[in-house]
Formats: sequence, structure tokens, C-alpha cells
Amino acid sequence: MPAPAERRIIFKHIDEEGYSNDIACYQKHGGYDVLQKAVTEKPEDIRDEVKKSGLRGRGGAGFSCGLKWSFVDRKSGKPIYLVVNADESEPGTFKDRYIIHQDPHQLIEGTMVSCFANDVKQAYIYIRGEFPEGARILERAIQEARDAGFVGKNICGTDYSCDIFVHRGAGAYICGEETGLIESLEGKRANPRIKPPYFPAVLGLYQCPTIVNNVETLCHVKHILEMGADEYLKIGTPNNTGTRIFCVSGQVQKPGYYEYACGEVTIGQLLNDVCGGPLEGRQFKAVIPGGSSAKILRFGETFTIKNKDGTEKTLAVEDIPLDFDSLAACGTMGGSGGVIVMDDSVNMVEALANINAFYSHESCGQCTPCREGSLWMKKISSRMVHGEARPEDGELMVSVANQIAGRTICAFGEACSWPTQSFVAKFGDEFKTYNEDKKSRAADSLELV
Amino acid sequence: MIQPAQTDLVTVFIDGKEIAVPKGTNVIEAARMVGTDVPHYCYHPKLTIAGNCRMCLIELGMPMADRATREPIMDPETGKQKINWIPRPQIACSTTVVPGMHVKTQSPMVKECREGVMEFLLINHPLDCPICDQAGECKLQEQATGYGRGYSRFIEQKNVKPKRTKLGPRVMLDDERCVLCSRCIRFCQEVAKDDVLGFVDRGSYSTLTCYPGKELENNYSLNTVDICPVGALTSTDFRFKMRVWFLKQTKSICPESSVGTNTVVWSREGAIYRITPRRNDEVNDTWMADSGRALYKEVQADNRLTPTSEFPTLIAAGASLLNDGSVAVVGSGRSSVEEQFLTAKLASKLAASTYLVGRSGAGDGLLISADRNPNTRGALLTGLITEPPANELTALAAAIDAGDVKVVLSIGEDLAAAGLSAEQLAKVEIVYLGSHANATSAAAKVTIPTLTVFEKSGSFINQQFRIQKFASAIPGLKGATDDRVVLDQLLTAVGGESAGSDLATVWRELAASAPILGDLTYAKIPAAGLLLDDSAWSQLTFPEGETLHYKPAPAEATA
Repeated sequence: MPAPAERRIIFKHIDEEGYSNDIACYQKHGGYDVLQKAVTEKPEDIRDEVKKSGLRGRGGAGFSCGLKWSFVDRKSGKPIYLVVNADESEPGTFKDRYIIHQDPHQLIEGTMVSCFANDVKQAYIYIRGEFPEGARILERAIQEARDAGFVGKNICGTDYSCDIFVHRGAGAYICGEETGLIESLEGKRANPRIKPPYFPAVLGLYQCPTIVNNVETLCHVKHILEMGADEYLKIGTPNNTGTRIFCVSGQVQKPGYYEYACGEVTIGQLLNDVCGGPLEGRQFKAVIPGGSSAKILRFGETFTIKNKDGTEKTLAVEDIPLDFDSLAACGTMGGSGGVIVMDDSVNMVEALANINAFYSHESCGQCTPCREGSLWMKKISSRMVHGEARPEDGELMVSVANQIAGRTICAFGEACSWPTQSFVAKFGDEFKTYNEDKKSRAADSLELV
Repeated sequence: MIQPAQTDLVTVFIDGKEIAVPKGTNVIEAARMVGTDVPHYCYHPKLTIAGNCRMCLIELGMPMADRATREPIMDPETGKQKINWIPRPQIACSTTVVPGMHVKTQSPMVKECREGVMEFLLINHPLDCPICDQAGECKLQEQATGYGRGYSRFIEQKNVKPKRTKLGPRVMLDDERCVLCSRCIRFCQEVAKDDVLGFVDRGSYSTLTCYPGKELENNYSLNTVDICPVGALTSTDFRFKMRVWFLKQTKSICPESSVGTNTVVWSREGAIYRITPRRNDEVNDTWMADSGRALYKEVQADNRLTPTSEFPTLIAAGASLLNDGSVAVVGSGRSSVEEQFLTAKLASKLAASTYLVGRSGAGDGLLISADRNPNTRGALLTGLITEPPANELTALAAAIDAGDVKVVLSIGEDLAAAGLSAEQLAKVEIVYLGSHANATSAAAKVTIPTLTVFEKSGSFINQQFRIQKFASAIPGLKGATDDRVVLDQLLTAVGGESAGSDLATVWRELAASAPILGDLTYAKIPAAGLLLDDSAWSQLTFPEGETLHYKPAPAEATA
């Protein structure tokens, strides 16, 4: 079955000929109409609309946005903050930077609408330090919006006021973890906070109720209000509404970003039809569907998942629809939408060594299992690649990973252990025979890491 | 005794044991109450919760109830309400009890979690226990016996970090031993209010250090050594001196000020090696000042007094001077209640005027109060004085100048330091009881060497009017005599009736003379001290300002 056509909502104008990131162009395309209408409505109505739309967070966890907003402590008497998580750091993910670079006003409008809906008077955009250009673009765009009365005092002539500050991160993956981000925004080391008691919705930024949303999520809010929740619900599948942006990278003919209705394309359609299949003379070996921390899928494995009606169906990797629930049912996750493709030229031990090196470097070091475990796994996999590999090293790494996942302060524990757990579970033989494989490989092969 | 405040109780089940604990208690403390130890490193009862060591992971469950009706869901097999166990382990330190909560601290999952954390903590930890000062009181060692693997699966290179960082004048850091629990950082921020420590670098390479240009030099820096669960922070004074398991622990009270910090004196074969705080939640929590820890050095000081002749000769010489009449007794706020009682008794027998040297200074708002005498209240209780003393003995000076005083008995006080001039000292005959030489002992006709606070037992009454006892940690210096014995001997030598010199005997008379002591005996003073009724002195103004667990009574409005 050929892939359906792309459904571009968020990325409608990305890379469009003649579309610029200034406010004039944005308004020419109907920009800020949603905000102007929204500020005349009741905030709780907007919140209900978002809840009804079934929007799930696009940052990685896929948590219901409406539900997140409903947790906010609105009776504390403290100000409520909204923080835009633009610390897009998950390896394989590059959607937010396109929005920021090419359509910043879409994000600003989505942010302002969400601020109005949640009675927020001050919003922050936490942008990763490696996006200096993005930060400059956002600063300029916010000033444009401020001049036009869409940000700042008396928005759209009403008595509602709310400003946005851009805060540049100093460059650490963990700053994308929402409580780590809040700590960083407060000027401290981005050590994630313990939950309980520090749930952002109650004790977030400056110990005030705080909403942290991903860039893409907030853009979706704008479109939900534009088309109405009922219309939005029609996109995608139940519980997996709206579109998703897939950032395809790795060994395919046409890597890049593609926006589809959730669950409308399968992995096979995306990689073969949309991205043009594997490189010349190669075969797909594995795919990580949601950023490097998601569990890897091996081409050739099958999954038996339950249908709604109780019957079961068996899916090959190619048949898995790219939505949150189907991917979760297959033991991985939709995550941030970073689809990383590996073909048969890739050695899985070396690929894992690369991932382990990343996570051990990014562990904040606050809590024991992740701090010590991530580096231990890195030391093992890097010894395997650069020194002597033992057949039992794969199992040892899994045992280390099992001692991390579920026992840490934040989800980084899972992020750093899932790759090891899944790589060894699915490519265990390569780990057992790595020493021989390495020796028998052609002398001119490239060494990773 | 002051009753603990009535608190709401919450019933929880720890490993099936039902217990009612105060609302707001965390699971580690609740488990402690049923006698179960939940191992931990970063948690400290007097610091904020960090939740970073993950050693205290436990299983948590709540009774199941129907979502709609809130009806309990029963287990037909046991007839009890079903428990919904959270699949992920939770940290006990930041979990506060809620009614009906169930906790498993001994389940296979909990054991596995602890073993995992132990293995992680040990992979980069140096195996230098044989030369580590913490050995014997190291949490990592202790818990390795319970949850260690016994062999290592780690064949990689260990991380290399600085081994000898001087954090400050009294604290050394071995970063390789550090388990990054952040207790020391939190202590500096929250208790010492001197935010100088922090971590640099990240992940397993995180390293504890001082902020650039700063030093850990505040007067509470050694508390970081006490709370360090491993041997990362060591005291430059105690480092490499003695194995802790050879040391005898004696409960004592810090004589530095009227706070009355509870301490433990660690000694071996008559020598003191260190002083550490002893937990008292009403007085000093688990902290003490660095300055108080150094006081043991006075025991071995070069200027300790030694007797010039046999003890009976000294007593006879002293008594004969005192019997000459026109005596002034300068008592001490550093003497124990018992000694002050005997001093007062002796003064009364001699019909002598009594004085006390005040030591009013600046308090630090934490554990050093403005009154540097540990026992001014004792002098009030024993009637040695009737109001807080001045720092200078102006009245005594005037009396000497007027010729009203011919003989001065000083209990360890240097009269020169208390404002008497050399001429005034020369005008009187001095009997000096004291442990160390000074201008007064030099000018004294009779000097009787006595003991330091570490060599004798007794009690102090602190600024809260809490009576606290201290015990002798080491035998007295050869030739020096316990102050109580000296005072009692002098008392009998001047014709008075002996009040005894052992604590039990002195206390019989002491308690009878001070009604607020009731039927208290020395033996009955609890380890945490006992608050006395201070209403008899409530009209007095004391120099102390606010310190930890002490707020001065608001000043009376003057008409």
C-alpha cells in the first residue's frame, strides 16, 4: 500500500518558497487571528477545547496536554508560569529548530494562546544553547509581536498582559527534562528535582505552578483553536490525534522531516515509500522510532498486539503504524519523533557504544544509578569497540541497565538504559561474537566513536 | 519536663507492622520507629531532602478502593483490604506517610535495588579502607556488608579525581571517595549559611569543590566531616591519628558557651583525639562549632598547673588563709552546678562576698551564644549570684581598694583578665583553684591544681535552663585534684560540714537547697538534659540573643 499524502499543519510553511519568518508574512497567512479571537473567549473554554482535542505532548513522553494543564494549581495565589521547552536535544530530533527558524510566530502565537488559557502573565522560552541563531530569530520575532500588540501589555487591546522571555541554555541534554529545565532557568545546575514533591504544576519555576510544554505541542494548540477540537480529532486515530513530525535520519535515500496524521503511515511506508528505501545495495537492519532513547526495532521481528475488540494481530516492523499507542504496544515509543534508521552496514555494538557515550556524557550525575551506571555501560561498550570484547559483556551491560531503569530521579534513567536493554535483547549475537566480527571485518572499515 | 506537642498521628504499616507516627514523618523515620533501618546516604534528618543516593528505595502500596464508590476492595483469601503496590520502587526519604500506607523494606525488589546502588557506588570508589579515616564508621563499609556483592564485576578503569584537596583550614577532601550525596553542600547552605561548596563537572566525573576564591572556613566546617557518610571529608586535626574503633566515647557538654552543645568526647588511654556533636533536637540538633572541638587541646597544654607540695599541705595552707577573714570568693560560670554549690557553701561558711566573672561576647546566632560561660544559670540556681554578672569585677576592685577584702579565693578565674590591676592583686592574698597557669595563679599564695572539664563529671545549666550532665572522659592529670574534692576539703578545713564530694552525695544537699530541682538526682538527669522551671529568674535580662532552638524572652516593656 503506497503511503498517503503528507498532512502538513505545523510544517505547512516550512521551506515554502517565499515564506519568511517575519510578522508581516505570518499575518499575511492568517497569523495571530487565533490569538485575537482567543482573547475574547473564556480561558477555561480554551482549556476544555484543548483537553477535548486529545492533544498529546510532542516532547517525548506523549502525555496529554489538556490533562497536564488541568493539574495546575490555580488556587495557590502564586503566579502561573509557562515555559516553552525548546531544548531540543534528543539525538535524531530536529523538528523544533525548523519551527523556530522558519516560523517563529507560529510558536509565539501558540504560546500566547496557551498563556491566556492558563492565566499566565509571564512565559519563558528555554532554547538550547546550541541554537544561537534560533534565539536571535525568536528575540526579533517576539519584539515584532510586542510592537504589534500580540505580546506584552494589553494584548490585542484587551486588559490581558503577558510577556515572553527567551532564555538560552548552556548546553546540556538534561536541561530538556522539565524540572532540570526549571532549575536551569532559575540559574542553577540543571539537576532534575524529586517528584514528589516538586511537580511543576504545583511547585515549579520559583516554586510556583508551572506548565512546561514542547515547542511543537504549543504550535498544535494554535491549530486546535483554529480548526476546533472536533475537526482536530478527525486527524489521526483515537487517542493519537493530530499530526506528527517525523525527523528521519540515518541510512535512507531521502532523510528529512515529514508530517503525517498520527498513525496514518507505517514504518515501512515512511522508510520505503516516503524516504525512498535503503541506500544502494543495502538493507534496513534496525530503526529507532522516537529519538535515541527509544527502544530499537529490528527488521524481521514481529509483534503481536491486541486490537480494541480483543482480537490479536501480528505486525512486522514495517507494518507498525507510527502513533504513540502502537509503538508503545510494540515495546518502544513515539518519543520525540526522531526516526533513526540503520542498515546492514551498521554494527550494533558500535552503534550502542555511540549512544552510551552520549548518555554517559549527559548524565547530570545527581543520582547514583544513572551517574555510575551510564558511565559503566559506556566504559564496557567502548572497551568492546576499542579493546577486548568478552562474550558476556552484552549481558553485563543489560544487568547494569536493569539496575538503572525505574530507580532514578528523572526519566534519564530509562533513556540511558533502554538502548542497551533493547540492543542486546535484539542483537545479542552481535554482542557475543563482536571480537571475532571485528577481526574478520575488512581492514578499511571505519571505526565508530 | 516539657511535654512534646500533641501531633496528629497517621497509621502506617511497615513490613506488616502497624504503627502510628506523627503526620509529616517520612518513611525512613517511620521505619526507624518500628526498629527497621532503611539504609541511606544522602538523607539527613536535619537537612532538606535531596533524594539522590537512591539507597533508600522501598516498595510502597496503598489499600485498594473502588474508584467510583470508594468502597474498599477486599482480598477474599485473607479477608483484608487488597493493597495496590506501586510497581516502581520509591525513595523512603521523600515519601511522607499517608494514612493506610503500606511499606515493604525487606522485599526481594528492595534488596535488589540496594544491591544495585551499592555496586554502583563501589565501582568508582577506591579500595583504601585500610588507610581511610572513615573506616569503622563508614556507611559505605557498613552497607557493603549487607548489600555488597562480595566480588566486583567492574573490570574497567576507575575514575581518577583529586585525592587531597584542602577545602579549608580544617577540612580535607578526597574526591575519589565522595559518593556525591550533597550533604556537605546542603549543610553549608542551610545550616552554616555559608554557601561555598558545590559540584563541578557532570555525570560520574562530578567533583565536589569550593567556589573559586572561596574556602570552607566557617566555624561550622567540621560538621561536614561528621555528616560525610564516607571518608571523602576528613578533619585535618584527626586525620591519620587514630582508628575510631579504639576510641572510647564519653558523653559531654561543650563548655564554649551557654548553648550547652551536647558532645561526644573520643579518647584512648587517657588522651582525647576528637570531639564530635551528640544529637539533641532541643539544643544543637546534630551540629557543633569547630572552636568547641579544639578545646580538648587544653588538657595537654604546657601551662597545666602541677602541685607545688602535697595536697593536704595545700589545703591546710589555703584554709589558713581563708580563715583570716575578709574573704571574697570569685566563683566561675565555667564551674559545674555541683562545684558552684560547694563554692557557695564555702563562701557562706566564710561569710565571704561572692562574685562571678561574666563572659559576655558576640553570639553567632547558631551554636555560640553571647554568654561564653556554660553555666551562668547554675550560679543563679546555687545562689552564688543573683543576677547575670558583668565582665569586669569592678565591685571587687573597689572592695579591695577600700580594704574590705584581704583574701580572694578564685575558682579558676584569672582576676587580671577580669579587670583587677596588678596593684590590686598585690593588695590581697590569693587562693587559686585552677587547671591552667595565668597571672592570678602566678600571684597566688596558694595554688591548688584542678581538672579540666574533660577530666571530671558534673552538670551545666544552659541558656534554656536545661540541666545537662557531662562525664569524665579521661583520668585527671597527675597531681591535679577534682574541684569538688578541693572545695569540700577546704570546706571541712575551715570548720564547715562536709557536703561530700561524690556527685550523689552533693546532689542530695543540692536538690534539697534548690526546690526547682525537686527529687532530681544526678543519675536521673536524662541524656538529653532536663528543662528546669526558670520562672524565678524570668525578670532578669540575659545577654544571649537568638541561637538555634533558643529565643530570648521578649524584653519587658518598661513603664
